[in-house]
Amino acid sequence: MISDIQISSATLDITSCINRVMDPQCGGIDIFVGTVRNSTKGKAVVRLEFEAYESMALKEMQQIANDIMGRWPVHKLLIHHRTGVLAVGDVAVVIAVAAAHRDAAFDACRYAIDTLKQTVPIWKKEVFEDGEQWVAAHP
Amino acid sequence: MVFGIAREIVGNGSVTIQVNDVATVAQLKKELILQYPELAGLASFAIAVNGVYATDDMIIKQADEVAVIPPVSGG
Repeated sequence: MISDIQISSATLDITSCINRVMDPQCGGIDIFVGTVRNSTKGKAVVRLEFEAYESMALKEMQQIANDIMGRWPVHKLLIHHRTGVLAVGDVAVVIAVAAAHRDAAFDACRYAIDTLKQTVPIWKKEVFEDGEQWVAAHP
Repeated sequence: MVFGIAREIVGNGSVTIQVNDVATVAQLKKELILQYPELAGLASFAIAVNGVYATDDMIIKQADEVAVIPPVSGG
């Protein structure tokens, strides 16, 4: 399995991510795109600020890739996460998975985003008109 | 190294905690909460040693890179 794992403050390019995993051997490509929503619990979001413990985040993302390699016949995996200040509608993360058949692509892609959200040391702060809060920080 | 909301609580991207020559992760967490009680109000926080999530019984050495990891929210 080939994996392409990156963290960067540059704007994410969905089409480029798809092109990177496309392969003649693969009949199914599944993509997850995480974008910045305009509101949370009824409050209008002004922007999100993403922060990463980069060296460890890359390690944890690589671990996700290793897990996927062991569980599904995936040929190519891409995980690109953006950091910095993002506006509503901006793309925060792209996960692209290519496999010979769609079952593995769907399952591995779901696994990747679900696990990323639990283990990868990246944090987002929601900024509202009247305040800000770190997502999931408080019970 | 301190990240996210923990960084705001501590007031800095890094913090120095005095421990004996050899300390466990559990001792570090206790000391952190003593000095920064607001940390106890978080849903949770983890400690990473050299980029790996640590269990409470793990020992921290002088040269280790230690990070305070508040609840993650990537993706």
